[in-house]
Amino acid sequence: MTAITLNIIVQGILTGLVYGLMALGLSVIFGVMRVVNFAHGEFTVVAMYAAFLLFDMLGVSPLISLLPIAVAFFFLGYVLQRALVEPFISRAEHEQFILLVGLATVVVNGLLLIFGPDARPINLPYSFDSYTIGSLFIDKVRVFAALGAFAICIALFLFFRYTRTGTAIRACADNLTGAGVVGLNVKQLYAVTFGLGFACIGAAGTLMATIADASPGLAPAYTLLAFVIVIIGGLGSMAGALVGGVLIGISEALAGFYIQPSMKSMFSFALLILVLVLRPQGLMGRRL
Amino acid sequence: MTALLSIDGISKRFRGLAAVSRVSFNVQQGDIFAVIGPNGAGKTTLFNMIAGALPPDEGSITFAGTRTEGLRSDQIARLGVGRTFQLVRPFPALTVEDNVIIGALMQTKTVRDAETIARDTMARLDLFDKRAQIASSLTLPDRKRLEVARALATGPKLLLLDEVMAGLRPTETDRIVATLRDLNRGGLTILLIEHVMRAVTALASRILVLHHGAAIAEGNPEQVLRDPAVVESYLGAESL
Amino acid sequence: MSDIWQRLPTRGKILCLAALAAAIAAPLAADRYLLSVLILVFYFAYLGQAWNLLMGFAGQLSLGHALYLGLGAYTATALWTLFGIGPWVGVFIAIPVAAAAGMIVGWLGWRFAIEGVYFALLTIAFAEFTRIGFDHLQITGASAGLFLSVNSPGSDKWWNLGGGPLLYYYLALILAAAATLLVAWLRRSPLGYRWLAVREDPEAAQAAGINIFRAKMIAMLISASMTAVGGVFYGFYYRNLFPSQVFDIGRSIEIIMAPIIGGLGTVFGPLVGAILLTPLGESLTALMQHFGINTPGAKSIFYGLTLMVIITLQPSGVWPWLARKLGLDRPRA
Repeated sequence: MTAITLNIIVQGILTGLVYGLMALGLSVIFGVMRVVNFAHGEFTVVAMYAAFLLFDMLGVSPLISLLPIAVAFFFLGYVLQRALVEPFISRAEHEQFILLVGLATVVVNGLLLIFGPDARPINLPYSFDSYTIGSLFIDKVRVFAALGAFAICIALFLFFRYTRTGTAIRACADNLTGAGVVGLNVKQLYAVTFGLGFACIGAAGTLMATIADASPGLAPAYTLLAFVIVIIGGLGSMAGALVGGVLIGISEALAGFYIQPSMKSMFSFALLILVLVLRPQGLMGRRL
Repeated sequence: MTALLSIDGISKRFRGLAAVSRVSFNVQQGDIFAVIGPNGAGKTTLFNMIAGALPPDEGSITFAGTRTEGLRSDQIARLGVGRTFQLVRPFPALTVEDNVIIGALMQTKTVRDAETIARDTMARLDLFDKRAQIASSLTLPDRKRLEVARALATGPKLLLLDEVMAGLRPTETDRIVATLRDLNRGGLTILLIEHVMRAVTALASRILVLHHGAAIAEGNPEQVLRDPAVVESYLGAESL
Repeated sequence: MSDIWQRLPTRGKILCLAALAAAIAAPLAADRYLLSVLILVFYFAYLGQAWNLLMGFAGQLSLGHALYLGLGAYTATALWTLFGIGPWVGVFIAIPVAAAAGMIVGWLGWRFAIEGVYFALLTIAFAEFTRIGFDHLQITGASAGLFLSVNSPGSDKWWNLGGGPLLYYYLALILAAAATLLVAWLRRSPLGYRWLAVREDPEAAQAAGINIFRAKMIAMLISASMTAVGGVFYGFYYRNLFPSQVFDIGRSIEIIMAPIIGGLGTVFGPLVGAILLTPLGESLTALMQHFGINTPGAKSIFYGLTLMVIITLQPSGVWPWLARKLGLDRPRA
């Protein structure tokens, strides 16, 4: 394998981990509540702008604003769920999609209105530094972003595995009626779940801002990317979201280099179609 | 004479659980044939295989001379099998009339003819006055009657009824029993799953008893309802 | 058809005829700007009817209808710019192209039991895939776009759709009216009933002898074909095409606005939705420009908010509510 290919693959893995964190938020929301968050990419870009603003106006590095933004997004998600999404859970499926499609439209055009269409980069002092390992040149920012993403995924996994709330949420995902019967406050748990999903979005967006330039045009692409990853990796599987993210990261990087950069998402869409047709439960998900 | 419906050794397993084990029986044209047994005995699975919602793992089903195992449910419906569902499923947002028209469209090409058939069917099942009501706003007994009407409007030779009496008051039950008897006299063969013994004894000319997926008794009501195995597994000694 | 007319309450008949008369006479009173808004109204009403067939009647959610719009537009405009084949012929080639795409999407989706959100995602994936594909298709100008010159011979003839807004206005009006009639007719046909059954409960529909795969495919065929015609209109009206615009998911979302806000699954829903939404959106933009506020995206925010408000408060749409108020009550489709 040539040095170039190896470099690209490593880059893809690192980017993919951030994608994976973004997709994790979607997997949590959809896996537990069956809510299709069509505004996923849009809110990711909101987080990117948030990180950009904090950096541009206050000089705060994204690695530091990561936590406050994630927390702010938790509350954003919590409130959104309770105020807007909750009544739609028992309604026809298409009504819920349409609500979120509307929300996505409002958000992305709001960003366009406020920031304009131009891309906003975050130029960190070490943006152009890289680590050298043998023939590999690995961007420092990507390493930090990937590590950050990975750390948060682990934290989330531990939360779901070992805390009471986390277990309660998994119970809701598994058997909603049963959860209600044993006295779990499902409404509250759903709101927390949505909040957690949004926290992932907030964190992922912040990290993404270090490796990509914030612009409204990214929003729908990220939404679709999140869905591609979740479906390929498997619904309801946290590891699947990460694995899917890395896979997509690698394939996009390779396709971008060897075919053409503008065609890299074409590959992801073709993959999505293939997975939907052949193995809808994804690589690691449970059978639907 | 050849049976209208011939079931020969059909089985269905769900991941190691044998829901139905080598069941065989025949339903003659003009019969009212009841399938009874405790919950989980495999009755609805049996029905689903006959109606084409599930393929059997082994065995054969022959309806009016055609082998039907493996056919889709709409193909089997078009051969002349109408069915109702255990948990009623009328088309919720449509009116009673539209529901029945959809059934009738299976046997005619134009909406006008379907409307005529629908009107007759609704009248038969006492639904004519409610024809403009939305299905989801009906009471349970009416929704059950609607499902029967819809199935009937397809002009079936065989009608499969899955626990159509469940949840009905005795007067309601008697009403439906009377309607079914009429339909049967008119030439309709009926295969029904029932728990409501009142209806079974009033209607059935033959009974099959399922237990744990296997047939433990078959015959006319007098024989079957006194069969010790049946009494022990299902009916209870009080029924004697 | 005549019995559909018979069934309308008298008020409804009067309203229909009055509206039609107003629409036909509109250009006499409307200035150029208003005319362009009205063209959009009927354009979106037409596309809304096409989409409503698949979603409101057959119950299949497609969020990638821009695929058929774009294929229709590109086929007809490419035939014109490359081979001089006029749009009235080109449309008959554009339709099968889009229909074939629809059949592929439908076959993949429904043969493999891809439902609900997964089907919607499938439709988006196909549209996006095609968008990027056309971005690289040199023969139609790739991402730089395809332009219909105003100077090539014959480009000003009406049979090449070279005409002023008047031509396009009546074209859009005819399309919208014809689509509404088609939908009204289909709704009362055996096919229409079968679609409703499939939408309401596919398994019960099968038990009533309906071949649900066939019913869905026919819905897709008609919907995609109709949308392609809209695409031909789009291509010749705007006189330029960019993959990033015509195949964009924003187009797909635009198409669904009118039928959802007007009333999913109703015959007049898409019309009412378009009549309400389009002028409001355009006036918002005009208003902002009047105050010197150049706000890209303000119109879309308005559309998005309207969508959210309607789906929350009145999900069955404005038309059923309006019909009740006007005493034009009909059993819901």
